Amino acid sequence: MSRIAVLGLICAIAAAAVVCSIAVGSVPIPAADLWNAVARGESGPVADIVWKLRLPRIGAAFACGGLLALAGTLLQVLLRNPLADPYIFGVSGGAALGVLLAMLFGFGIATQAGFGLAGAIGVALLVFVLGFRGGDWNPYRLLLTGVVIAAGLNAALSLILVLAPQTAVKGMLYWLMGDLAYTGNPLPALMVLAATLAIVLPMGRTLNVLALGRTKALSLGVAVAGLEKILFVVAAVATVAAVLVGGTIGFVGLIVPHLVRLAGLADHRWLLPASVIAGGGLLVIADACARSLWAPLQFPVGVLTALLGVPVLLLLLSGKSHAAR
Amino acid sequence: MLRADGLGAGYPGRKLLQDLSVEFTAGSVWGILGRNGSGKSTLLNLLAGLRGPDRGEVLLEGQPVRSFGRRALAAKVGILFQEETAEFWGSARDYVQLGRHPHAEGAFAWSAADEQIADSELERQHLGALSWRPYASLSGGERQRTRAAALFAQRPRVFLVDEPLQHLDLPHQVLLLERLAAEARAGAVIVMVLHDLVFAGRYCDHFLLLHGDGRFEAGAREQVFDAERLGALYGFPVEPALLGDERLFLPRAGAGPHV
Repeated sequence: MSRIAVLGLICAIAAAAVVCSIAVGSVPIPAADLWNAVARGESGPVADIVWKLRLPRIGAAFACGGLLALAGTLLQVLLRNPLADPYIFGVSGGAALGVLLAMLFGFGIATQAGFGLAGAIGVALLVFVLGFRGGDWNPYRLLLTGVVIAAGLNAALSLILVLAPQTAVKGMLYWLMGDLAYTGNPLPALMVLAATLAIVLPMGRTLNVLALGRTKALSLGVAVAGLEKILFVVAAVATVAAVLVGGTIGFVGLIVPHLVRLAGLADHRWLLPASVIAGGGLLVIADACARSLWAPLQFPVGVLTALLGVPVLLLLLSGKSHAAR
Repeated sequence: MLRADGLGAGYPGRKLLQDLSVEFTAGSVWGILGRNGSGKSTLLNLLAGLRGPDRGEVLLEGQPVRSFGRRALAAKVGILFQEETAEFWGSARDYVQLGRHPHAEGAFAWSAADEQIADSELERQHLGALSWRPYASLSGGERQRTRAAALFAQRPRVFLVDEPLQHLDLPHQVLLLERLAAEARAGAVIVMVLHDLVFAGRYCDHFLLLHGDGRFEAGAREQVFDAERLGALYGFPVEPALLGDERLFLPRAGAGPHV
Protein backbone atom coordinates (compact mmCIF):
# COMPACT_ATOMS: atom_id res chain seq x y z
CA MET A 1 0.00 0.00 0.00
CA SER A 2 1.39 3.39 -0.87
CA ARG A 3 2.04 5.92 1.84
CA ILE A 4 -0.67 8.26 0.68
CA ALA A 5 -3.17 5.37 0.85
CA VAL A 6 -2.14 4.53 4.43
CA LEU A 7 -2.49 8.15 5.48
CA GLY A 8 -5.86 8.35 3.73
CA LEU A 9 -7.05 5.21 5.51
CA ILE A 10 -5.98 6.61 8.91
CA CYS A 11 -7.83 9.86 8.16
CA ALA A 12 -10.95 7.94 7.11
CA ILE A 13 -10.92 5.84 10.29
CA ALA A 14 -10.46 8.93 12.46
CA ALA A 15 -13.29 10.75 10.65
CA ALA A 16 -15.59 7.75 11.05
CA ALA A 17 -14.66 7.59 14.73
CA VAL A 18 -15.62 11.23 15.22
CA VAL A 19 -18.98 10.82 13.47
CA CYS A 20 -19.88 7.59 15.27
CA SER A 21 -18.89 8.89 18.68
CA ILE A 22 -21.30 11.82 18.32
CA ALA A 23 -24.11 9.28 18.18
CA VAL A 24 -23.10 7.09 21.12
CA GLY A 25 -23.17 7.80 24.83
CA SER A 26 -25.51 7.54 27.76
CA VAL A 27 -28.23 8.92 25.45
CA PRO A 28 -27.92 7.22 22.03
CA ILE A 29 -28.87 9.53 19.18
CA PRO A 30 -30.49 7.98 16.08
CA ALA A 31 -28.93 8.90 12.76
CA ALA A 32 -32.00 10.84 11.57
CA ASP A 33 -32.04 13.07 14.66
CA LEU A 34 -28.30 13.59 14.34
CA TRP A 35 -28.74 14.70 10.75
CA ASN A 36 -31.50 17.11 11.69
CA ALA A 37 -29.46 18.63 14.50
CA VAL A 38 -26.19 18.99 12.66
CA ALA A 39 -27.04 19.56 9.00
CA ARG A 40 -30.39 21.34 9.33
CA GLY A 41 -29.45 23.30 12.43
CA GLU A 42 -32.64 22.38 14.31
CA SER A 43 -32.60 23.28 17.98
CA GLY A 44 -33.77 21.04 20.81
CA PRO A 45 -32.36 18.60 23.33
CA VAL A 46 -30.53 16.59 20.65
CA ALA A 47 -28.78 19.69 19.32
CA ASP A 48 -27.83 20.68 22.84
CA ILE A 49 -26.29 17.30 23.54
CA VAL A 50 -24.39 17.35 20.25
CA TRP A 51 -23.10 20.93 20.35
CA LYS A 52 -22.65 21.52 24.05
CA LEU A 53 -21.62 18.09 25.35
CA ARG A 54 -20.49 15.63 22.70
CA LEU A 55 -18.57 17.78 20.24
CA PRO A 56 -16.49 19.65 22.83
CA ARG A 57 -15.63 16.35 24.46
CA ILE A 58 -14.76 14.74 21.11
CA GLY A 59 -12.63 17.76 20.27
CA ALA A 60 -10.86 17.45 23.60
CA ALA A 61 -10.30 13.71 23.09
CA PHE A 62 -8.91 14.27 19.61
CA ALA A 63 -6.61 17.09 20.74
CA CYS A 64 -5.41 15.11 23.72
CA GLY A 65 -4.71 11.94 21.70
CA GLY A 66 -3.03 13.91 18.92
CA LEU A 67 -0.81 15.82 21.35
CA LEU A 68 0.22 12.66 23.16
CA ALA A 69 1.01 10.81 19.92
CA LEU A 70 3.01 13.79 18.64
CA ALA A 71 4.99 14.05 21.87
CA GLY A 72 5.61 10.30 21.85
CA THR A 73 6.88 10.35 18.26
CA LEU A 74 9.25 13.22 19.03
CA LEU A 75 10.58 11.67 22.23
CA GLN A 76 11.16 8.31 20.60
CA VAL A 77 13.48 9.89 18.06
CA LEU A 78 14.99 12.35 20.57
CA LEU A 79 15.90 9.60 23.03
CA ARG A 80 16.52 6.92 20.38
CA ASN A 81 14.34 4.79 22.59
CA PRO A 82 11.29 2.97 21.20
CA LEU A 83 9.77 2.79 24.69
CA ALA A 84 9.80 6.54 25.31
CA ASP A 85 6.37 7.99 26.01
CA PRO A 86 5.24 11.55 26.80
CA TYR A 87 5.21 10.92 30.55
CA ILE A 88 8.78 9.66 30.70
CA PHE A 89 10.04 13.02 31.97
CA GLY A 90 7.53 13.32 34.79
CA VAL A 91 5.61 16.19 33.19
CA SER A 92 2.35 14.41 34.02
CA GLY A 93 3.61 13.76 37.55
CA GLY A 94 4.32 17.46 37.98
CA ALA A 95 0.85 18.37 36.73
CA ALA A 96 -0.72 15.72 38.94
CA LEU A 97 1.18 16.98 41.97
CA GLY A 98 -0.14 20.50 41.35
CA VAL A 99 -3.73 19.38 40.77
CA LEU A 100 -3.81 16.99 43.74
CA LEU A 101 -2.34 19.61 46.04
CA ALA A 102 -5.04 22.02 44.88
CA MET A 103 -7.69 19.32 45.49
CA LEU A 104 -6.21 18.59 48.90
CA PHE A 105 -6.57 22.23 49.89
CA GLY A 106 -10.10 22.27 48.45
CA PHE A 107 -9.51 24.79 45.67
CA GLY A 108 -11.89 25.04 42.70
CA ILE A 109 -11.44 23.67 39.17
CA ALA A 110 -9.83 26.83 37.77
CA THR A 111 -7.22 26.96 40.53
CA GLN A 112 -6.58 23.24 40.08
CA ALA A 113 -5.79 23.82 36.41
CA GLY A 114 -3.45 26.67 37.35
CA PHE A 115 -1.63 24.49 39.86
CA GLY A 116 -1.41 21.69 37.30
CA LEU A 117 0.05 24.01 34.68
CA ALA A 118 2.62 25.33 37.16
CA GLY A 119 3.58 21.81 38.23
CA ALA A 120 3.97 20.53 34.66
CA ILE A 121 6.01 23.51 33.49
CA GLY A 122 8.12 23.40 36.66
CA VAL A 123 9.04 19.75 36.14
CA ALA A 124 9.70 20.23 32.41
CA LEU A 125 12.06 23.12 33.21
CA LEU A 126 13.79 21.12 35.94
CA VAL A 127 14.39 18.16 33.58
CA PHE A 128 15.52 20.50 30.81
CA VAL A 129 18.04 22.34 33.00
CA LEU A 130 19.40 19.21 34.70
CA GLY A 131 19.30 17.05 31.57
CA PHE A 132 20.92 19.47 29.12
CA ARG A 133 23.42 21.04 31.52
CA GLY A 134 27.10 20.69 30.69
CA GLY A 135 28.84 20.34 27.35
CA ASP A 136 28.98 16.59 26.93
CA TRP A 137 25.35 15.64 27.43
CA ASN A 138 23.68 12.61 25.88
CA PRO A 139 20.13 11.27 25.58
CA TYR A 140 20.74 8.68 28.28
CA ARG A 141 21.41 11.33 30.89
CA LEU A 142 18.29 13.20 29.85
CA LEU A 143 16.31 9.95 30.04
CA LEU A 144 17.70 9.04 33.45
CA THR A 145 17.11 12.53 34.82
CA GLY A 146 13.48 12.41 33.70
CA VAL A 147 12.87 8.90 35.01
CA VAL A 148 14.38 9.72 38.42
CA ILE A 149 12.29 12.89 38.76
CA ALA A 150 9.16 10.97 37.70
CA ALA A 151 9.85 8.35 40.36
CA GLY A 152 10.21 11.04 43.03
CA LEU A 153 6.94 12.63 41.93
CA ASN A 154 5.14 9.28 42.13
CA ALA A 155 6.24 8.93 45.73
CA ALA A 156 4.93 12.42 46.48
CA LEU A 157 1.60 11.58 44.79
CA SER A 158 1.23 8.42 46.89
CA LEU A 159 1.89 10.47 50.01
CA ILE A 160 -0.86 12.94 49.06
CA LEU A 161 -3.32 10.09 48.40
CA VAL A 162 -2.58 8.69 51.88
CA LEU A 163 -2.95 12.06 53.58
CA ALA A 164 -6.08 13.14 51.67
CA PRO A 165 -9.55 12.79 53.23
CA GLN A 166 -11.54 9.77 52.00
CA THR A 167 -14.06 11.95 50.15
CA ALA A 168 -11.40 13.56 47.98
CA VAL A 169 -9.53 10.37 47.05
CA LYS A 170 -11.96 9.17 44.36
CA GLY A 171 -11.75 12.46 42.45
CA MET A 172 -7.97 12.33 42.70
CA LEU A 173 -7.83 8.76 41.38
CA TYR A 174 -10.06 9.68 38.43
CA TRP A 175 -7.75 12.55 37.61
CA LEU A 176 -4.67 10.35 37.90
CA MET A 177 -6.14 7.69 35.61
CA GLY A 178 -6.91 10.19 32.88
CA ASP A 179 -10.44 11.41 32.38
CA LEU A 180 -12.11 13.57 29.76
CA ALA A 181 -15.39 14.06 31.66
CA TYR A 182 -14.62 17.56 32.94
CA THR A 183 -13.11 19.16 29.87
CA GLY A 184 -14.21 22.63 28.91
CA ASN A 185 -13.56 24.37 25.62
CA PRO A 186 -11.26 22.17 23.49
CA LEU A 187 -10.16 24.99 21.18
CA PRO A 188 -6.97 25.99 23.05
CA ALA A 189 -5.74 22.38 23.04
CA LEU A 190 -6.58 21.97 19.34
CA MET A 191 -4.66 25.15 18.61
CA VAL A 192 -1.63 23.92 20.54
CA LEU A 193 -1.87 20.69 18.53
CA ALA A 194 -1.93 22.57 15.22
CA ALA A 195 0.93 24.85 16.29
CA THR A 196 3.24 22.09 17.53
CA LEU A 197 2.62 20.02 14.40
CA ALA A 198 3.30 23.07 12.24
CA ILE A 199 6.64 23.58 14.03
CA VAL A 200 7.96 20.03 13.75
CA LEU A 201 6.53 18.94 10.40
CA PRO A 202 9.04 21.02 8.37
CA MET A 203 11.78 19.28 10.36
CA GLY A 204 10.56 15.89 9.17
CA ARG A 205 13.52 15.13 6.93
CA THR A 206 16.01 16.26 9.57
CA LEU A 207 14.30 13.98 12.10
CA ASN A 208 14.84 11.06 9.72
CA VAL A 209 18.56 11.86 9.78
CA LEU A 210 18.55 12.18 13.57
CA ALA A 211 17.05 8.68 13.75
CA LEU A 212 20.42 7.42 12.44
CA GLY A 213 21.98 8.43 15.76
CA ARG A 214 23.52 11.65 17.05
CA THR A 215 27.00 11.20 15.61
CA LYS A 216 25.86 10.05 12.19
CA ALA A 217 23.36 12.93 12.06
CA LEU A 218 26.13 15.35 13.01
CA SER A 219 28.33 13.97 10.21
CA LEU A 220 25.44 14.50 7.76
CA GLY A 221 25.20 18.18 8.66
CA VAL A 222 22.48 18.26 11.32
CA ALA A 223 23.02 20.75 14.15
CA VAL A 224 22.08 18.06 16.64
CA ALA A 225 22.31 19.95 19.95
CA GLY A 226 19.95 22.74 18.90
CA LEU A 227 17.50 20.33 17.27
CA GLU A 228 17.33 18.19 20.40
CA LYS A 229 16.45 21.18 22.56
CA ILE A 230 13.67 22.18 20.16
CA LEU A 231 12.30 18.64 20.19
CA PHE A 232 12.31 18.55 23.99
CA VAL A 233 10.50 21.88 24.30
CA VAL A 234 7.86 21.01 21.66
CA ALA A 235 7.25 17.59 23.21
CA ALA A 236 6.98 19.13 26.69
CA VAL A 237 4.50 21.79 25.52
CA ALA A 238 2.38 19.14 23.80
CA THR A 239 2.43 16.93 26.89
CA VAL A 240 1.54 19.76 29.25
CA ALA A 241 -1.39 20.74 27.02
CA ALA A 242 -2.60 17.12 26.88
CA VAL A 243 -2.28 16.61 30.64
CA LEU A 244 -4.26 19.76 31.35
CA VAL A 245 -7.09 18.50 29.12
CA GLY A 246 -7.27 14.88 30.16
CA GLY A 247 -4.95 14.07 33.02
CA THR A 248 -2.58 11.16 32.62
CA ILE A 249 -3.90 9.10 29.72
CA GLY A 250 -1.40 6.34 29.24
CA PHE A 251 -0.19 4.32 26.26
CA VAL A 252 -1.53 6.55 23.45
CA GLY A 253 1.82 8.33 23.11
CA LEU A 254 3.70 5.06 23.35
CA ILE A 255 1.83 2.78 20.96
CA VAL A 256 0.42 5.10 18.30
CA PRO A 257 3.82 5.93 16.72
CA HIS A 258 4.63 2.21 16.66
CA LEU A 259 1.30 1.29 15.08
CA VAL A 260 1.78 3.93 12.38
CA ARG A 261 5.31 2.73 11.69
CA LEU A 262 4.07 -0.86 11.44
CA ALA A 263 1.51 0.39 8.91
CA GLY A 264 4.47 1.49 6.78
CA LEU A 265 4.94 5.17 7.61
CA ALA A 266 8.40 5.34 9.21
CA ASP A 267 9.42 8.52 7.39
CA HIS A 268 8.81 11.37 9.86
CA ARG A 269 7.36 13.57 7.12
CA TRP A 270 4.48 11.07 7.04
CA LEU A 271 4.79 9.66 10.55
CA LEU A 272 4.17 12.98 12.34
CA PRO A 273 0.83 13.90 10.72
CA ALA A 274 -0.32 10.27 10.63
CA SER A 275 0.46 9.82 14.34
CA VAL A 276 -1.43 12.96 15.25
CA ILE A 277 -4.53 11.83 13.34
CA ALA A 278 -4.28 8.22 14.51
CA GLY A 279 -3.70 9.25 18.14
CA GLY A 280 -6.62 11.66 18.02
CA GLY A 281 -8.87 9.08 16.40
CA LEU A 282 -7.83 6.37 18.85
CA LEU A 283 -8.63 8.49 21.88
CA VAL A 284 -11.98 9.52 20.37
CA ILE A 285 -12.85 5.82 20.02
CA ALA A 286 -11.59 4.99 23.52
CA ASP A 287 -13.53 7.87 25.03
CA ALA A 288 -16.69 6.89 23.17
CA CYS A 289 -16.33 3.39 24.66
CA ALA A 290 -15.56 4.79 28.10
CA ARG A 291 -18.78 6.78 28.22
CA SER A 292 -21.11 4.32 26.50
CA LEU A 293 -20.08 0.72 27.30
CA TRP A 294 -21.28 0.87 30.90
CA ALA A 295 -23.63 3.85 30.52
CA PRO A 296 -24.82 5.69 32.51
CA LEU A 297 -21.63 4.90 34.45
CA GLN A 298 -18.62 6.63 32.89
CA PHE A 299 -15.19 5.39 33.66
CA PRO A 300 -11.83 7.14 33.11
CA VAL A 301 -10.62 6.82 29.52
CA GLY A 302 -7.06 6.29 30.76
CA VAL A 303 -8.11 2.89 32.12
CA LEU A 304 -9.44 1.90 28.70
CA THR A 305 -6.36 3.02 26.77
CA ALA A 306 -4.19 1.07 29.20
CA LEU A 307 -6.39 -2.03 28.90
CA LEU A 308 -6.20 -1.73 25.10
CA GLY A 309 -2.58 -0.63 25.08
CA VAL A 310 -1.05 -3.38 27.20
CA PRO A 311 -2.01 -6.30 24.92
CA VAL A 312 -1.14 -4.33 21.77
CA LEU A 313 2.25 -3.46 23.20
CA LEU A 314 2.90 -7.06 24.29
CA LEU A 315 2.02 -8.21 20.79
CA LEU A 316 4.40 -5.64 19.31
CA LEU A 317 7.20 -6.75 21.61
CA SER A 318 6.76 -10.46 20.88
CA GLY A 319 6.68 -9.66 17.14
CA LYS A 320 9.92 -7.76 17.57
CA SER A 321 11.68 -10.72 19.13
CA HIS A 322 10.52 -12.88 16.20
CA ALA A 323 12.07 -10.43 13.78
CA ALA A 324 15.34 -10.52 15.71
CA ARG A 325 15.56 -14.27 15.25
CA MET B 1 43.34 19.22 1.09
CA LEU B 2 43.08 17.89 4.66
CA ARG B 3 45.80 18.51 7.24
CA ALA B 4 46.30 17.37 10.80
CA ASP B 5 48.42 19.94 12.59
CA GLY B 6 50.02 18.91 15.89
CA LEU B 7 47.02 16.85 16.99
CA GLY B 8 46.88 15.56 20.54
CA ALA B 9 44.03 13.46 21.94
CA GLY B 10 43.35 10.77 24.49
CA TYR B 11 41.44 9.92 27.60
CA PRO B 12 42.23 10.86 31.19
CA GLY B 13 45.38 8.93 32.02
CA ARG B 14 45.91 7.69 28.45
CA LYS B 15 47.58 9.49 25.58
CA LEU B 16 46.49 8.14 22.17
CA LEU B 17 47.71 10.78 19.74
CA GLN B 18 50.51 13.24 20.36
CA ASP B 19 51.81 16.00 18.13
CA LEU B 20 50.45 14.23 15.06
CA SER B 21 50.96 16.24 11.86
CA VAL B 22 50.03 14.72 8.52
CA GLU B 23 49.09 16.24 5.17
CA PHE B 24 46.42 14.26 3.30
CA THR B 25 46.68 15.46 -0.28
CA ALA B 26 43.98 15.14 -2.93
CA GLY B 27 44.17 11.93 -4.89
CA SER B 28 45.84 9.85 -2.20
CA VAL B 29 44.56 6.76 -0.42
CA TRP B 30 45.71 6.57 3.18
CA GLY B 31 45.61 3.43 5.28
CA ILE B 32 45.54 3.84 9.05
CA LEU B 33 46.96 0.77 10.76
CA GLY B 34 47.29 -0.07 14.42
CA ARG B 35 46.17 -2.40 17.14
CA ASN B 36 42.74 -2.31 18.78
CA GLY B 37 42.27 0.83 20.83
CA SER B 38 45.26 2.62 19.33
CA GLY B 39 43.23 5.73 18.41
CA LYS B 40 42.38 5.00 14.77
CA SER B 41 38.67 5.75 15.10
CA THR B 42 39.42 8.67 17.39
CA LEU B 43 41.59 10.15 14.66
CA LEU B 44 38.83 9.73 12.07
CA ASN B 45 36.39 11.52 14.39
CA LEU B 46 38.89 14.36 14.83
CA LEU B 47 39.42 14.62 11.07
CA ALA B 48 35.64 14.73 10.57
CA GLY B 49 35.31 17.56 13.10
CA LEU B 50 32.99 15.43 15.24
CA ARG B 51 35.09 16.00 18.33
CA GLY B 52 37.70 18.60 19.16
CA PRO B 53 41.32 17.63 19.72
CA ASP B 54 42.99 18.30 23.10
CA ARG B 55 45.78 20.01 21.16
CA GLY B 56 46.39 21.11 17.60
CA GLU B 57 43.99 21.59 14.75
CA VAL B 58 42.48 19.91 11.72
CA LEU B 59 42.51 22.06 8.60
CA LEU B 60 40.29 21.48 5.59
CA GLU B 61 41.34 23.50 2.54
CA GLY B 62 43.37 25.68 4.91
CA GLN B 63 40.51 26.46 7.29
CA PRO B 64 39.97 24.96 10.75
CA VAL B 65 37.46 22.16 10.35
CA ARG B 66 35.52 23.32 13.43
CA SER B 67 34.96 26.72 11.80
CA PHE B 68 32.80 25.21 9.04
CA GLY B 69 29.05 25.11 9.42
CA ARG B 70 27.75 21.57 9.95
CA ARG B 71 26.06 21.36 6.57
CA ALA B 72 28.95 22.92 4.67
CA LEU B 73 31.33 20.46 6.33
CA ALA B 74 29.05 17.50 5.61
CA ALA B 75 29.01 18.46 1.93
CA LYS B 76 32.80 18.03 1.84
CA VAL B 77 33.61 15.38 4.45
CA GLY B 78 31.85 12.02 4.68
CA ILE B 79 32.46 9.37 7.30
CA LEU B 80 31.53 5.70 7.39
CA PHE B 81 31.44 4.67 11.03
CA GLN B 82 32.55 1.34 12.36
CA GLU B 83 29.09 0.97 13.83
CA GLU B 84 25.92 2.68 12.70
CA THR B 85 22.47 2.19 14.11
CA ALA B 86 20.68 -1.09 13.40
CA GLU B 87 17.40 0.36 14.73
CA PHE B 88 16.39 2.12 11.53
CA TRP B 89 12.69 1.89 10.77
CA GLY B 90 12.81 2.71 7.06
CA SER B 91 13.95 0.84 3.94
CA ALA B 92 17.45 0.54 2.48
CA ARG B 93 16.43 3.21 -0.02
CA ASP B 94 15.35 5.55 2.80
CA TYR B 95 18.75 5.06 4.46
CA VAL B 96 20.72 5.85 1.32
CA GLN B 97 18.54 8.86 0.56
CA LEU B 98 19.55 10.42 3.89
CA GLY B 99 23.11 10.62 2.56
CA ARG B 100 21.86 13.45 0.34
CA HIS B 101 20.83 15.55 3.36
CA PRO B 102 23.82 17.95 3.26
CA HIS B 103 23.11 18.78 -0.39
CA ALA B 104 19.30 18.81 -0.39
CA GLU B 105 17.65 22.10 -1.19
CA GLY B 106 14.77 23.20 1.00
CA ALA B 107 13.99 21.63 4.30
CA PHE B 108 11.33 19.07 3.54
CA ALA B 109 11.30 17.24 0.21
CA TRP B 110 13.96 15.54 -1.94
CA SER B 111 14.65 16.78 -5.42
CA ALA B 112 14.46 14.41 -8.39
CA ALA B 113 18.25 14.67 -8.71
CA ASP B 114 18.73 13.56 -5.09
CA GLU B 115 16.42 10.61 -5.60
CA GLN B 116 18.21 9.61 -8.76
CA ILE B 117 21.60 9.69 -7.00
CA ALA B 118 20.24 7.46 -4.22
CA ASP B 119 18.88 5.00 -6.80
CA SER B 120 22.12 4.86 -8.76
CA GLU B 121 24.25 4.35 -5.63
CA LEU B 122 22.02 1.47 -4.56
CA GLU B 123 22.42 -0.06 -8.02
CA ARG B 124 26.20 0.33 -7.84
CA GLN B 125 26.22 -1.61 -4.57
CA HIS B 126 24.01 -4.29 -6.20
CA LEU B 127 21.14 -3.44 -3.87
CA GLY B 128 18.60 -2.47 -6.54
CA ALA B 129 16.41 -5.49 -5.81
CA LEU B 130 16.54 -4.88 -2.06
CA SER B 131 15.82 -1.14 -2.22
CA TRP B 132 12.45 -1.24 -0.52
CA ARG B 133 13.22 -3.96 2.00
CA PRO B 134 13.28 -2.72 5.62
CA TYR B 135 16.86 -1.86 6.51
CA ALA B 136 16.56 -3.83 9.75
CA SER B 137 15.73 -7.02 7.82
CA LEU B 138 18.90 -6.95 5.70
CA SER B 139 21.91 -9.14 6.40
CA GLY B 140 25.03 -7.67 7.97
CA GLY B 141 26.84 -7.39 4.64
CA GLU B 142 23.81 -5.90 2.88
CA ARG B 143 23.55 -3.30 5.64
CA GLN B 144 27.21 -2.43 5.25
CA ARG B 145 26.69 -1.99 1.49
CA THR B 146 23.67 0.22 2.24
CA ARG B 147 25.82 2.38 4.53
CA ALA B 148 28.50 2.57 1.86
CA ALA B 149 25.91 3.58 -0.74
CA ALA B 150 24.74 6.36 1.62
CA LEU B 151 28.33 7.57 1.94
CA PHE B 152 28.83 7.65 -1.83
CA ALA B 153 25.46 9.39 -2.26
CA GLN B 154 26.82 12.09 0.05
CA ARG B 155 29.43 12.84 -2.65
CA PRO B 156 32.11 14.14 -0.23
CA ARG B 157 35.64 15.20 -1.19
CA VAL B 158 37.14 13.56 1.88
CA PHE B 159 36.15 9.95 2.61
CA LEU B 160 36.85 8.79 6.15
CA VAL B 161 36.04 5.09 6.34
CA ASP B 162 36.38 2.95 9.44
CA GLU B 163 36.87 -0.76 8.72
CA PRO B 164 34.81 -0.54 5.51
CA LEU B 165 35.29 -4.22 4.67
CA GLN B 166 33.52 -5.62 7.71
CA HIS B 167 30.73 -8.13 6.92
CA LEU B 168 31.39 -7.86 3.15
CA ASP B 169 31.94 -10.89 0.96
CA LEU B 170 35.05 -10.96 -1.25
CA PRO B 171 33.58 -9.46 -4.44
CA HIS B 172 31.94 -6.66 -2.49
CA GLN B 173 35.17 -5.95 -0.60
CA VAL B 174 36.89 -5.47 -3.94
CA LEU B 175 33.94 -3.49 -5.32
CA LEU B 176 34.15 -1.06 -2.39
CA LEU B 177 37.94 -0.66 -2.55
CA GLU B 178 37.87 -0.16 -6.32
CA ARG B 179 35.20 2.50 -5.91
CA LEU B 180 37.25 4.30 -3.25
CA ALA B 181 40.33 4.12 -5.49
CA ALA B 182 38.28 5.59 -8.35
CA GLU B 183 37.11 8.44 -6.09
CA ALA B 184 40.76 9.15 -5.23
CA ARG B 185 41.71 9.21 -8.92
CA ALA B 186 38.90 11.75 -9.38
CA GLY B 187 40.56 13.99 -6.81
CA ALA B 188 39.14 12.89 -3.46
CA VAL B 189 41.10 12.03 -0.32
CA ILE B 190 40.54 8.58 1.15
CA VAL B 191 41.51 7.85 4.75
CA MET B 192 40.63 4.33 5.81
CA VAL B 193 41.16 2.18 8.84
CA LEU B 194 42.00 -1.35 7.73
CA HIS B 195 43.10 -4.59 9.38
CA ASP B 196 43.63 -6.53 6.15
CA LEU B 197 47.31 -6.16 5.20
CA VAL B 198 46.85 -7.66 1.73
CA PHE B 199 44.17 -5.17 0.68
CA ALA B 200 45.97 -2.38 2.54
CA GLY B 201 49.15 -2.98 0.51
CA ARG B 202 47.19 -3.26 -2.71
CA TYR B 203 44.97 -0.17 -2.41
CA CYS B 204 46.71 2.33 -0.11
CA ASP B 205 49.53 4.53 -1.38
CA HIS B 206 50.17 6.15 2.01
CA PHE B 207 50.15 4.79 5.53
CA LEU B 208 49.79 6.11 9.04
CA LEU B 209 50.86 3.64 11.70
CA LEU B 210 49.47 4.43 15.16
CA HIS B 211 51.20 2.81 18.12
CA GLY B 212 48.55 3.84 20.65
CA ASP B 213 50.94 5.71 22.95
CA GLY B 214 51.36 8.88 20.91
CA ARG B 215 54.09 7.45 18.62
CA PHE B 216 53.25 7.27 14.94
CA GLU B 217 54.88 6.77 11.55
CA ALA B 218 53.45 8.37 8.43
CA GLY B 219 54.57 8.31 4.82
CA ALA B 220 54.33 6.79 1.38
CA ARG B 221 53.98 3.01 1.06
CA GLU B 222 57.67 2.48 0.23
CA GLN B 223 58.75 4.38 3.32
CA VAL B 224 56.71 2.83 6.10
CA PHE B 225 54.96 -0.33 4.86
CA ASP B 226 57.52 -3.03 5.64
CA ALA B 227 57.74 -6.22 7.68
CA GLU B 228 59.87 -4.75 10.44
CA ARG B 229 57.57 -1.78 11.12
CA LEU B 230 54.39 -3.84 10.84
CA GLY B 231 55.79 -6.47 13.20
CA ALA B 232 56.65 -3.78 15.76
CA LEU B 233 53.27 -2.10 15.25
CA TYR B 234 51.20 -5.20 15.92
CA GLY B 235 53.60 -6.86 18.36
CA PHE B 236 53.33 -9.92 16.16
CA PRO B 237 55.87 -11.25 13.67
CA VAL B 238 55.04 -10.41 10.04
CA GLU B 239 56.85 -11.90 7.05
CA PRO B 240 57.07 -10.62 3.49
CA ALA B 241 56.08 -12.84 0.59
CA LEU B 242 56.28 -12.24 -3.13
CA LEU B 243 53.36 -13.03 -5.43
CA GLY B 244 54.35 -12.03 -8.94
CA ASP B 245 55.49 -8.42 -8.51
CA GLU B 246 53.29 -7.87 -5.49
CA ARG B 247 54.87 -7.85 -2.05
CA LEU B 248 52.50 -9.24 0.58
CA PHE B 249 52.82 -9.27 4.34
CA LEU B 250 51.57 -12.32 6.18
CA PRO B 251 51.49 -13.28 9.85
CA ARG B 252 54.27 -15.75 10.62
CA ALA B 253 52.81 -19.27 10.81
CA GLY B 254 53.06 -20.98 14.16
CA ALA B 255 53.80 -17.81 16.10
CA GLY B 256 51.86 -17.73 19.34
CA PRO B 257 49.73 -14.79 20.39
CA HIS B 258 52.13 -12.02 21.45
CA VAL B 259 49.61 -10.03 23.40
